[in-house]
Amino acid sequence: MTTETIIQSLASGLLMGLLYGLIAVGLALIFGLMDVVNFAHGEFLMIAMYATFFLFAFFAIDPLLSAPLVAAALFVFGALIYLLIVRFAMRAKANAGMVQIFATFGLAIVMRGLAQLLFTPDYRSVTHSWLGGKTVSIAGIFLPEPQLVGALVSIAAFAGLYFFINRTDFGRALEATREDPGAVALVGIDKNRVFALGWGLGAALVGLSGAIMAVFFYIYPDVGASFALIAYVTVALGGFGSVFGAFAGGIVVGLVEATTALVLPPSLKSVGIYAVYLLVVFIRPRGLFGSM
Amino acid sequence: MDKDFSSRRRRDLIIAAVLAAIAALVPLFVKDVYVQNIMILTLMYAALSQSWNILSGYCGQISLGHALYFGLGAYTTALLFMKFGVPPWFGMIAGGLISAAIAMALGYPCFRLGGHYFAIATIVIAEIALLLIQNWDWAGAALGIDIPVRGDSWLKFQFTRSKLPYFYFALVLACVAWFVTWWLEDSKWGFWWRAVKDNPQAAESLGVDVFNSKMGAAAVSAFLVAVGGSFYAQFVSYIDPESVMGFQFSLLMALPAVLGGIGTLWGPALGAVILIPLTELTRSYIGGSGRGVDLIVYGSLIILISLALPRGLVSLFSSRKGAAR
Repeated sequence: MTTETIIQSLASGLLMGLLYGLIAVGLALIFGLMDVVNFAHGEFLMIAMYATFFLFAFFAIDPLLSAPLVAAALFVFGALIYLLIVRFAMRAKANAGMVQIFATFGLAIVMRGLAQLLFTPDYRSVTHSWLGGKTVSIAGIFLPEPQLVGALVSIAAFAGLYFFINRTDFGRALEATREDPGAVALVGIDKNRVFALGWGLGAALVGLSGAIMAVFFYIYPDVGASFALIAYVTVALGGFGSVFGAFAGGIVVGLVEATTALVLPPSLKSVGIYAVYLLVVFIRPRGLFGSM
Repeated sequence: MDKDFSSRRRRDLIIAAVLAAIAALVPLFVKDVYVQNIMILTLMYAALSQSWNILSGYCGQISLGHALYFGLGAYTTALLFMKFGVPPWFGMIAGGLISAAIAMALGYPCFRLGGHYFAIATIVIAEIALLLIQNWDWAGAALGIDIPVRGDSWLKFQFTRSKLPYFYFALVLACVAWFVTWWLEDSKWGFWWRAVKDNPQAAESLGVDVFNSKMGAAAVSAFLVAVGGSFYAQFVSYIDPESVMGFQFSLLMALPAVLGGIGTLWGPALGAVILIPLTELTRSYIGGSGRGVDLIVYGSLIILISLALPRGLVSLFSSRKGAAR
């Protein structure tokens, strides 16, 4: 193993990690806002990838162009899921945690079933796109373009999110609702509207990452499952609910995955991520950036 | 409350005995193998969910990684039988003890974690075990193990001609899991667990040994689930890592308890009796084409029940009982 291979894989691990952060941040946002873990998060990613694929297959729209469209569609979808399902799950007077887990798990199963029914279980892929299959060489390190652009989009999205949460009225309403959902009603904030917009925003972010993932990953009904688990670990690693934690957690996950792949067979590369998660929470039970 | 409580417990025991007796007679009238199969699976899920319920329902430590113990039971039994000719009965006990020991070893660091951090840790640990087995050639790697058929015998716990022995074993297992829950509910442990679930800090200050309560619940729960796994390996005579240790299975195991009524005595059994036949029927009547309609029906049902009845299906039967608590 040369220094070059190590740098090479750390670089691609970093890029992939930034993408993991983008996949996971919606989960962190929703959790931070209302203490709900969305067990259909992977399926949100799955439909975003399908949407990107169909826009490409039927209208020849490149994933880079369709990304905003997909994000907008997922925004509407996420807000609807909140209004139609999650809102009622939050009203449960008993076992609220389990009701939320299993209502969203049920949703995940329905979405997978619908994907099988409507799109068939076949593997799809975006066969040619502006970025697909291309690499750039920076100082002797080869970086795949889809991941590179994905990483840049992720950084931009996190910067945008930071600005949004800290500088806009909606962002402040979001923060206020997160701190005390009961009290915001007194200042005229409609809690349900904020939650619906929070779900929309979370889904839009996963929509954005789905559009990029579609460029270099196969698309099939169960594709969300493997990424969902990574997203949970990313969010928990960073500290539940912390948006910045998701960013940092993503980078850690990407780097650890790349490092594990250097020493263990590729089929075991996730073991490293899981082991690091356990190690971190055993030392810091609330993750890297969670409030103690 | 005391008099009410003990008379209710006596009534529960009588109802369970009557139901078990009726269930034992059913195969005399139902000869259809397909239906018998569904009944066996229903009993197995009732037992598994009842066992999961001990740790997650009564003690409040939500485990989403119980497939680990199911898989350990299945693999211990299958490997001991296939590689060394050890009778499955021994493998069953060995698998149970190994699982209980591992549950406690894992509990040691994990029980310090709260809420979602704990739940995700359970997922992640089961997932590590899954990946390791998938890459372990001696144990059949990702392809799994085909358990050799050596003829019908109780010693080898293999029956090719009739499903009845499996049915009765599953019935006994479901009854044992139910009885253990019933028994523990009224023991020192049962009271500790409810205290730990409601408010661990308060429980600790009142002298409840919170940590050991969790460890006890984990050991009992893991042991019973592993026995279920051993049974499953013998029943289907083929196991592979994904189907016995996958994350999906952890959720499927929890589902009857959640829909039936988490942390209740009757919830898991009731949930299994309704959910499993429904799953199997939708799968065979509308799922055969692989078009996913069965998943849509099944998933919708999960959403509807969990939203409409957050206390589970048992709340339909006993609003009075809920009030007494």
